[in-house]
Amino acid sequence: MSTPTVAIIDGGGANIASLRFALARLGIAAELTVAPDVIRTASHVILPGVGAAADSMRRLGEAGLLELIAGLRQPFLGICLGLQLLFEASEEDDTACLGIFPGTARRFDAAPDRPVPHMGWNRVFRSRDSDLLTGIADGAHFYFVHSYAVGVTDDTLATADYGAPFTAIAERANFSATQFHPERSGIAGARLLQNFLARSP
Amino acid sequence: MRDGQVVKGVRFRDHRVMGGIMELATRYVEEGADELVFYDITASPDGRSVDRRWINRVAEVLNIPFSVAGGIRSVADAEEVLNFGADKISINTPALAEPGLIDVLAKRFGSQCVVIGIDSHADAGTWRVYQNTGDPDKTSHSGRFTLDWVAEVQDRGAGEIVLNCMNQDGVREGYDLEQLRQVRARCQVPLIASGGAGTMQHFADVFRSAHVDGGLAATVFHSAAINIRELKIFLREQSVEVRL
Repeated sequence: MSTPTVAIIDGGGANIASLRFALARLGIAAELTVAPDVIRTASHVILPGVGAAADSMRRLGEAGLLELIAGLRQPFLGICLGLQLLFEASEEDDTACLGIFPGTARRFDAAPDRPVPHMGWNRVFRSRDSDLLTGIADGAHFYFVHSYAVGVTDDTLATADYGAPFTAIAERANFSATQFHPERSGIAGARLLQNFLARSP
Repeated sequence: MRDGQVVKGVRFRDHRVMGGIMELATRYVEEGADELVFYDITASPDGRSVDRRWINRVAEVLNIPFSVAGGIRSVADAEEVLNFGADKISINTPALAEPGLIDVLAKRFGSQCVVIGIDSHADAGTWRVYQNTGDPDKTSHSGRFTLDWVAEVQDRGAGEIVLNCMNQDGVREGYDLEQLRQVRARCQVPLIASGGAGTMQHFADVFRSAHVDGGLAATVFHSAAINIRELKIFLREQSVEVRL
């Protein structure tokens, strides 16, 4: 198998360093870019997300990437806000998103024992099987940091629970996305990234 | 941390070198730590910023979240720390000097990466907040009461509170359960207990009796008196949910 050429779409947020380092630990030098040609020809594409939905959608639009992303056929992974952007909309500033998955990201209701943002290690349980989860125990812990989430939909591959079940991993065709941060989720997270990179373009 | 080495004192004094940053960080990840906190204790008292290139080296090897504390006084400081790869910034003395900094940082970077460290000391039947605790000669009472400050920092957008119970620090006699229970009752963001862990039972006590979200310890881990994996197995046996 040839070495993957990974494009990380630059959504403008800080803290991309941890993702790049996680890929480097797997022997992958990823390119942080908004260049359409680089993204189109990459073997794997990652859309990370730190920041606000509206701001990120505006940046993607300005870079001319909205239709391009929807048309990609290679393995694609959204992370955190990157998951939410793949759905139709987010309640965060009522933002229209990419619409690859049906559904809307909604804000968590804060409760005395459930602060928002939801932050920390949570168990993730699979709803169905996928090569993305090869070698990862059902109920493994992953690290979450988020205020918005998508409920369980037809595209939900795995769920976590914060007051109610929500989509921890979504998957449809070549598009996958995690609400948690695999790059900060220890060995289980590294395995998920490795499984993603093992997919054939 | 001081000058690139990991140091630890007793009740915030008499710091001894415990090892190299990378060596300890790597060991803790292998043992199964859920998160690491790096304190540069020399930063605030000297009135200077820290050389932050080490954050980048730490971020390269860590596959768990970590926060950095020490000398973060501005949006620019915070941005540098986050860009080097830290997941969270932890503010202590500068937040006491300028509470509005918490609001600004939370708006700019999100509450999820703004941690407030509180050094709290029991004084005459109440708890009070201390500042500049990295240097015994400069440590002083901040004029604030701990429970009031806990409420204020949440109102200003803090996403997490680390409560360092100074009376207990480094003496391994157990966490200050009474103080932590009082703070827990007023704290709706994640609360991390710090100061006093000496045995595995101390960790079980603080999770079960004070309902904190995390237990922070330094001395017992640095000295290898407690292995983190063995601790987590012990906690699971005590019905505390842990990641193993």
